[in-house]
Amino acid sequence: MEWLNIILQGVLVGGLYAMFATGLALIFGVMRLVNIAHGDLIVLASYVALVATQTLNVNPLVSLIVVVPLMAAFGYALQRLVLNRTLGPDLLPPLLVTFGLSVIIQNGLLELFTADSRKLQAGAIETNSIHLFGGLAVGTLPLIQFAVAVAVIAGLQALFYRTAFGRAFRATSDDPEVARLVGIDNRHVFGLAMALSLAVVAIAGVFLAVRANFDPSIGPARLIFGFEAVIMGGLGSMWGMLAGGIILGVAQAIGAQIDPGWQLLAGHIVFLIVLAIRPEGLFPKVQG
Amino acid sequence: MAELSVTGIDAFYGDFQALFGVSLNVAAGEVVAVIGANGAGKSTLLKSIAGLIAPRAGTIAFHNEAIGGMAAHAVVRRGIALVPEGRRLFPSLSVEENLLIGGQLGRPGPWNLARVYTLFPVLAERKAAPSQSLSGGQQQMVAIGRALMSNPLLLLCDEISLGLAPIVVRDIYARLPMVSGEGTSLIIVEQDIVQALAAARRVYCLQEGRVALSGEAATLTREAISAAYFGV
Repeated sequence: MEWLNIILQGVLVGGLYAMFATGLALIFGVMRLVNIAHGDLIVLASYVALVATQTLNVNPLVSLIVVVPLMAAFGYALQRLVLNRTLGPDLLPPLLVTFGLSVIIQNGLLELFTADSRKLQAGAIETNSIHLFGGLAVGTLPLIQFAVAVAVIAGLQALFYRTAFGRAFRATSDDPEVARLVGIDNRHVFGLAMALSLAVVAIAGVFLAVRANFDPSIGPARLIFGFEAVIMGGLGSMWGMLAGGIILGVAQAIGAQIDPGWQLLAGHIVFLIVLAIRPEGLFPKVQG
Repeated sequence: MAELSVTGIDAFYGDFQALFGVSLNVAAGEVVAVIGANGAGKSTLLKSIAGLIAPRAGTIAFHNEAIGGMAAHAVVRRGIALVPEGRRLFPSLSVEENLLIGGQLGRPGPWNLARVYTLFPVLAERKAAPSQSLSGGQQQMVAIGRALMSNPLLLLCDEISLGLAPIVVRDIYARLPMVSGEGTSLIIVEQDIVQALAAARRVYCLQEGRVALSGEAATLTREAISAAYFGV
């Protein structure tokens, strides 16, 4: 029963990792942009939520109403004004520019908020838990976090595969030149994809900030978790992100149970095993 | 009056010049063929008209509006659609989704999903199939249908016979009169001269980026065409 509990906790954390991964996969899928600043943008969202909760005096989960549109608007502007200029046949320029962005965000946050650890207080739901059968209990907050992750992924999956909007995203992803020929303005589609990505980042950032302490330096580690979940999941389906996130979350939980020092290592080892056995991921993308 | 007039355009890929002062006119409802050997600049000419390449010199006017250098997504909005060389369907979209995305601008006109399925009945049977699972000929039908869905005034067809069996090519060409019958003008780029001459009223022959010959398809002799085609 103890192990079942550990696995359950790992699954719930996996929801958060899935949200890290979703934003990353979305922009890589649509515009072949590897966003090195993704983790720092998650932390940026945490700080935006910190300011929002303090100035508006609301619960962090309520602050999402402000943080999500703010981050989405920032994403659209970032793509149109900066990142669109770096896109081309070469993958290196966007990589370098987002790496620079990562440095700027980390140091900007350090300047504004110092290196002190912060945490958002969400009140009673942080400590409440729901008792399941046989002494198994899950915290209310991790459960909400997982439910939100599933809802975000289901929403994006429906958006991508059921709507005209999603069709335009997939077409642009397949062949940007021919997408222009059917009247799609790539620059705008890329802007919308980044807006969508940072909207998910905003949600992830708020949950990250409620779940544990954060400071300006923790972004890159979130980026790694996101990357690992994306690669394990594959780019063929949004559900792959959830699968990848859960595998990573469970591996870390089991590793931590064996030895607290093994938490991250176990995650990386399982990632390497999946990469070796199934390099295309669990839900590979259809190739043209 | 010319619907499209291309006047003296120069086009480049980086430092490599692909077109040298190419001029071409298309009247409303006309079918024009552009023939030439590999690398003569036929595809470059179509890409310049469609907005994928910005010509460095010369003008392109469509319904008296300058469209040279305009972005491709804005050109298609004005009624020019390109069937790209090699079909280039969207692999992660189904057959029907490929057609629907062609119509996503909502330009009014005779073409819609039902009309495309009437033109190419086999596509209606395969509409839910992944686009890559179709035969080459069927994929070409989807590519043409996708372009028609934008209800173009001018349809640009880049080597629609490429890699297809002769019987399939004849089948596809047999349906083009249904397209031009709607008043749509066509520019057909072909390496298959016989096919091009049969389908078009006027012909332009490109050779190494220049117009080597142009005229009524019926009046051009085989000798004149082969001289312009091969440059001998």
